[in-house]
Amino acid sequence: MAVGTPPGAVAPQPQRAKVAGAGFSWAAALFLAPATFLLAVFLVFPAVYTVFLSFNRGRGGQFTEWVGFDNFLRLFTQDPNFLRLGFPPSGALWNNLLWLIVYTSLCVLFGLIIAVMATRVRYEALIKGIVFLPMAIAPAAIAIMWRFVYASDSNTGLLNALLGNVGAGPISLLGNPDTVNWAVIAVGIWGSVGFATVILSAAIKGISSEVLEAARMDGASETQIFWRVIVPMVSLPISVVAVTLVVNVIKLFDLIYVMTSGGPGTSSRVIAFSMYVDAFESGLYGYGAAIAIVMLALLIPIMAFNVKRFRTEAVQQ
Amino acid sequence: MTALQDTTVGARPRTASERIVKWISRAPVHIILGLIGLVWLVPTIGLFVTSFRPSADMRATGWWTVLLEPRFTTSSYERVLEAEGMGQAFLNSVFITVPSTLAPLVIACMAAFALAWVKFPFRDTIFLVIIGLMMVPVQIGFIPLVTGFSQTGLLTNYGAVWLAHAAYALPFGIFLLRNFFITLPKDLIEAARIDGASNWGIFRTIVVPLSVPAIAAYGIFQFLWVWNDLLMALVYAQRNAIQPMTVKVTTLLGTYATEWSLLAAAAFLIMVVPVIVFISLQRYFVQGLLAGSVK
Repeated sequence: MAVGTPPGAVAPQPQRAKVAGAGFSWAAALFLAPATFLLAVFLVFPAVYTVFLSFNRGRGGQFTEWVGFDNFLRLFTQDPNFLRLGFPPSGALWNNLLWLIVYTSLCVLFGLIIAVMATRVRYEALIKGIVFLPMAIAPAAIAIMWRFVYASDSNTGLLNALLGNVGAGPISLLGNPDTVNWAVIAVGIWGSVGFATVILSAAIKGISSEVLEAARMDGASETQIFWRVIVPMVSLPISVVAVTLVVNVIKLFDLIYVMTSGGPGTSSRVIAFSMYVDAFESGLYGYGAAIAIVMLALLIPIMAFNVKRFRTEAVQQ
Repeated sequence: MTALQDTTVGARPRTASERIVKWISRAPVHIILGLIGLVWLVPTIGLFVTSFRPSADMRATGWWTVLLEPRFTTSSYERVLEAEGMGQAFLNSVFITVPSTLAPLVIACMAAFALAWVKFPFRDTIFLVIIGLMMVPVQIGFIPLVTGFSQTGLLTNYGAVWLAHAAYALPFGIFLLRNFFITLPKDLIEAARIDGASNWGIFRTIVVPLSVPAIAAYGIFQFLWVWNDLLMALVYAQRNAIQPMTVKVTTLLGTYATEWSLLAAAAFLIMVVPVIVFISLQRYFVQGLLAGSVK
C-alpha cells in the first residue's frame, strides 16, 4: 500500500541563528517560484474554490445557487449512505470510524509483535521483507488478489477451500453486508502491517540492551517486558505510526473501489468513496465539495498537531 | 505473548543438546513467524500461479492443486496485453509516472534548498505552511480542477494527471528534503559562499550531490505512489487511450469478474515494476520512511 505522508516528524536539531531581519532575496524567490506556482494554482486556489462550492448547489461544478449549510445538513442527517445513526449505525462515516479503530490498533499491535519476535530469529530481515512487500503493491492489485482469496467458489477461493476442509459451508464475505467491512479491513491490515513493523522495529532496536537485561534480571517475564518496558519506550514512534495510519484511513479509496465498489449496496462505502461517487457519478458537485471539506476538517487536527510540533522542535533556530 | 517466554537472549548455547533445548524453547516464535510468512506470501503466490494456468483448469480446480497436474501457459498474458489493451495501459503507466516523478523531484529540491540555506523573511512561516499543506487531501482539488482542465483539454492528454500529481507531491517532498538539506555541514556551504559561489552553484555542486540518499528516497516514494495510484488517474485521465493499468484493471474486472487467470495476469503486470524497484532500492526506501517519521 502506498505510504501516507508520515506526519509528526521531528526535524534535525537546530544548528543556526535565527533568520529574522534577513532581507528579501531574489535567489530564494526564484528557487521557490515553481513550487509556489504549482501549489497556489493546483492546491490552494482549488481548496478555496471547494470551500465556497460546498455552500452552493454547484451544478456542473459552477456556482449556480447559494444553499448555505444545506449540503452539510443533508450529509449528516438525510443521507443514510453517508451516516445512519440507528442500531447498528452504518454509512460511509461510520465505516471510516470502524476502520480507524480496528485497522489502526491492529496494525500497531501486529507491527509491534512481529518487530519484537523478529529480533529473536536469524531470518529477521527476510520476515520483515515479506511483511513489508505489500507496501510496494498497488491497492488495486491487492484488491484483486484478495477478491480471489475470498472467492465464494471453493474451487477458486483459498479461504473457502480451507473452510470446506473443516466442514464449514462456502461463505461470501464480500457479498454480505455484515461481514464485508471486516473482510476489507483485514486486507487493509495485511497491506499496512509492514509499515508499522519497519518503523517500530527501528525504534525497538534503539532501546539499549542494558534496559532489557536489567528487567530480565529483576525477574520480569517476556510478556511484562513487552507491555511495561518496550511499549512505553517506543510510545513516540507508536503515535507517529498511528497518526500515519489514521491519515491513510481518512484518504482510503482505491482498495474499496476495486474490492467492493462500496457494496454490497452501499454497505462498505467510506468517505473518499462517497465523495467520488456523489460528485462524479451522480453529478452532485456542491454535495461532493461538502464531503471533501469534511475530509479536510477531519485532517485539520493532524495538520495542527504537525505544525505545532515543528514550531516547538525545529523552527526555533 | 506467552510464546516469547522462556527465551534467553544473548546466552550462547555451548553444546549440541543446549542448542536443541534452545531451539525447542523458541519453537513457538518460529511457528508464529512461519504462519505470518505464509499469510503474507500465499495470496501473492496464488495470484502468480493462477496467472500462468490455462483458464479451463482454473474453472475446474483450485490453484493449489497445480502440483498434481502442472500445466502452464502464457496465454493469459498474451490475451490481456494485446486483446485487452493492457500493453498500451502499461506504456500509459510509464508515460504518466516518469514526468510525475521527475518534475516534483526537481521542483521540491529547489524549494527545499531555499528553505534550508537561503535567508529571507518569513522563511520558517512558509515552511510551516508547507507542513500544513502535507495533510490536504487530493479530493479538495477534484471539482475545480476537473472543471478547469476540461475547458483546456488537459483531461484527454496527460497534462492534467501530470500537473495534479506534481502539485500534490510537493509538500511532502519539500518537507523531507529540507529536513535532510539542513543537516549538511554548514561550514562547507559557508566556505563556498566566501569563495564566491552563487546559490545556484552551491545547490548544484554541493547540496544535491551530498543529498542523493534523500533525493532517491523521495523519488522512490513518488514513483511507487504514482504508479500504484488509481484515484487520481480515474479523475484526471479521462480517455481510454491514456489510462494507466490501475484504471484498466477495474474495467477488466467489470467485464470478466470471474476470469481469474486473466485478472491475475493483469494484477501481476501492475505489480512487477514496483516490486523490482522496491526490492532493488529497499535500503533508500526504508531510510526515507524512517527520516520522514521518527528520526
